[in-house]
Amino acid sequence: MSKFTEKDKARLDELISRYPTKKAALLPSLWVAQEVYGGWLPLEAMDEVAQHLELPTADVQGVATFYTMYNKEPRGQHAIEICHNVSCMVLGAEQLIQHCERKLGVSATGETTADGVFTLARVECLGACCNAPAVQVGGTYYENVTAEQMDALLEKLKSAPSEVVTPPQSAMPEMRKF
Amino acid sequence: MSEQPQLLYKHRHVPGINTIDVWMAHGGYENFKKALAMEPDAVIEEVKVSGLRGRGGAGFPTHIKWNAVPKNRDVEHYLIINADEGEPGTAKDRDLMNGLPHLLVEGCLISMHAIRASKCYIYIRGEYIEPWKSVQKAINEAYEKGFCGKNVLGSGLDFDIYTHLGAGAYECGEESALMSSLMGERGMPRMKPPAAPLPMISGAWKRPSVVNNVETVSTLLPIIELGGAKYAEIGYGSPRSRGTKLFSISGHVEKPGVYEIVLGTPFSEVLELCGGVRKGHTLKTYIPGGSSMGFAPPTPLDYPFDYEGIPANTKTLGLGSGGLIVFDETTPIVPITQRLVDFYHHESCGKCTPCREGLNWLHKIYGRIVAGAGKESDIDLIWDICDSIRGKSFCALGEGAIWPVMTSLLLFRDEYLAYIRGGKDAMTDLTTIGL
Ligand SMILES: Cc1cc2nc3c(=O)[nH]c(=O)nc-3n(C[C@H](O)[C@H](O)[C@H](O)COP(=O)(O)O)c2cc1C
Ligand code: SF4
Ligand code: FES
Repeated sequence: MSKFTEKDKARLDELISRYPTKKAALLPSLWVAQEVYGGWLPLEAMDEVAQHLELPTADVQGVATFYTMYNKEPRGQHAIEICHNVSCMVLGAEQLIQHCERKLGVSATGETTADGVFTLARVECLGACCNAPAVQVGGTYYENVTAEQMDALLEKLKSAPSEVVTPPQSAMPEMRKF
Repeated sequence: MSEQPQLLYKHRHVPGINTIDVWMAHGGYENFKKALAMEPDAVIEEVKVSGLRGRGGAGFPTHIKWNAVPKNRDVEHYLIINADEGEPGTAKDRDLMNGLPHLLVEGCLISMHAIRASKCYIYIRGEYIEPWKSVQKAINEAYEKGFCGKNVLGSGLDFDIYTHLGAGAYECGEESALMSSLMGERGMPRMKPPAAPLPMISGAWKRPSVVNNVETVSTLLPIIELGGAKYAEIGYGSPRSRGTKLFSISGHVEKPGVYEIVLGTPFSEVLELCGGVRKGHTLKTYIPGGSSMGFAPPTPLDYPFDYEGIPANTKTLGLGSGGLIVFDETTPIVPITQRLVDFYHHESCGKCTPCREGLNWLHKIYGRIVAGAGKESDIDLIWDICDSIRGKSFCALGEGAIWPVMTSLLLFRDEYLAYIRGGKDAMTDLTTIGL
């Protein structure tokens, strides 16, 4: 069952128009697909992208699996990603990770809570090393995070809608805006 | 302490500087206009005189790259901006894109003019949603004001800038892998010259392409403003390290942050600028330029901090991407090195054997040492594995991965031995780090 609406397809066309080849629109198109499919990429999503970009499905799968940010499985409503690389590590990232593991009752290996609200994962350097420890949820960074702030954040997120990454609008005047 | 002129960060604290109106009120896009009135080769000449070297890691002179681009416009040329910033400890490009997006956009326009490119792709790492929105908004504003688009400012030239979001792969920062990723492929590196043509001649889509770091092109603004010769007067170290550079300083210092520092400033002053090692603690070691540069000993501290100045005995490669990570005496070196080994193991693209197999082996050995089951012979084994990756990996990721390992062995062999002999009890509980 196709999930892409005419508007989604038009968005892909706009992305395609930015590059010399259709294939180059693959990464941005996968971001669109991930948004349309609720935060992850089931096989059908990759199929739809393959069809629209006129690529073999195997090519699309090969690319999608190379990149860690295309989710191959559904995730919780909010993905809590805590940086565990060295700058964060020496300023308490491990404590923060263990605190969250205890609090949510899941392991920070990408497990999701039973109610489906949170996925917890340790990630590599987020490029916020000067404000360690750093945490990312959706497209938002939280920096210099303490256990108390983490608790408050988790509380706040419980009732918040999930944040999905949406590819950007180009401002080229001749392009349609969506 | 010497004065640190702020060239990139001149307007960093001006409220609303991320908007085009405030940017223009502070002289924004004047440097682009000035460059546009010059011949492309004259811009390259200024860059040559300025001594600008790439700020993305390798420190390669920018004008050499630019001069290798064909000087005609028969086929489309591309400027590709490397905003993939994934090196542990490096956080400067993000700061720049968040706070000063027009600095980047204006820098892109100047570079595009110099290399005769009409299209620019800014490849931003997937995690950087906020910088991406910030930069895209700045591009949109530049289009509205006519700095981007067709026949820009009546010059007859077209300049289009696009953002392109990556999706989580450190390897995509390597320039040939970045181009593969931009073209919709897996982010794996490709053959380099002399086995393959220069990307400046046949790069993305087999057309002339230049890959430059975010900070490199941003530095064009002060170069055009001051002129290359005046810019080259800034800097007190080696004649080959000129101007200012951004450093993200993290770890055990009083005031971590991104600082703009004149190249060649004594390292002790750099430490002073960020408040020094946190109170009550002493310096154990530091990583001068992003994790693939390895650990440096706590002395000497008075050497010039620039591309040439880093003491040779540290066996580090230099300034790298400008990610300075400071560690005080509470830092357990073995688990820290393990984290870096695991990082590179995780990020290895798997294309070549020395890196893929070697890092997998190192990952296992470190796992066993930290679990309390290390053997004394592991130390020599680690060294041998590093030696077999050194100079034999297909791209610089493999090479970068071994520097933190080899330098930690050179500097802290005793600590490894104590860990191995003491078994699990000697191990630092990771949850106590940072207290
Ligand atoms: C594994 C690896 C990762 C890299 N990551 C980055 C990066 O995140 N940002 C960057 O600008 N350069 C990175 N580089 C360096 C680039 O390959 C390239 O040298 C640089 O973008 C050139 O730009 P410059 O001349 O302006 O410095 C990386 C290199 C390697 C081998
Ligand atoms: S050195 Fe590592 S990252 Fe580079 S090509 Fe080889 S396997 Fe891939
Ligand atoms: S080490 Fe955590 S953000 Fe860089």
